Amino acid sequence: MDRPLTCKEFIEFLDDYLSGTQAREARAEFERHLKLCPPCVDYLKSYQATVRLASSLCGEGDGGKVPAAVPEDLVQAILAARKKL
Amino acid sequence: MGLEPKTDSVVTAAAEDDAERLRLLQRGDDAASEQFVRDQMARALAVAGRILGNEADAHEAVQEGFLSFFRSLAEFRGDAALSTWLHRIVVNAALMKRRAMRRRPETSIESLLPRFLDDGHRADPLPAWPEKTEDLVARREVRQLVRKKIDELPENYRNVILLRDIEQIDTAETARLLGETPGAIKTRLHRARQALRTLLETESHLWTDR
Repeated sequence: MDRPLTCKEFIEFLDDYLSGTQAREARAEFERHLKLCPPCVDYLKSYQATVRLASSLCGEGDGGKVPAAVPEDLVQAILAARKKL
Repeated sequence: MGLEPKTDSVVTAAAEDDAERLRLLQRGDDAASEQFVRDQMARALAVAGRILGNEADAHEAVQEGFLSFFRSLAEFRGDAALSTWLHRIVVNAALMKRRAMRRRPETSIESLLPRFLDDGHRADPLPAWPEKTEDLVARREVRQLVRKKIDELPENYRNVILLRDIEQIDTAETARLLGETPGAIKTRLHRARQALRTLLETESHLWTDR
């Protein structure tokens, strides 16, 4: 690349940078941009934080509550319907 | 199908248990079927609840998911763990149910993405985020806010964040579930994350400790 990376390009390909799938030269361009652009550093951190916050919902139940007990009526409904298959 | 002697490992034992369970389920064993339903119910309800957002719809999707599972047992070749296969089926059932639900007017994704000037510089300033997001993750009200903001995303973008970031389903499987190419899923996920970031930023008052 003959000209520096723009912020728009940085954000557009940010996912490739974070996943480590970029070619070495492209990654070097990203690293150079980060050294020169504090707002993009902030954007990178906030993007990573967003992914961490979304991933933190993994394993939670409905509305953050994990079902405390197996609903017996649902189990019986499934078993009854299975008999008719 | 013979079983060759293997080293005594947890993974091997689990795989053997799964093979035996599959054999019983495919034979229509009632006790094995009931036990499987009971063992998997909590996780299935949690998954459906995360996609559908309410208990009643989650119950319906889980019921449909289990029945789809039993209907398709004959074709299952054991290329995944039984629980993983059920998980995929329940996710699919929940997504289908969601598609059939009446849709509310959606915010345009474009309005949630960062804007740029013609020269590629950012058009809008960005407020700073807190340094320690680990502290945020631990707070229940923050996780509830994240859930609420994910629900505000346009449907196609909400689904991809649900499947990739929350359910931790890989790109290829997500593409299959959503009827898209892996490349389209990758692009959509990136845009969905950017949009979620914008939505979370509007609630930045929650980032400060009270």
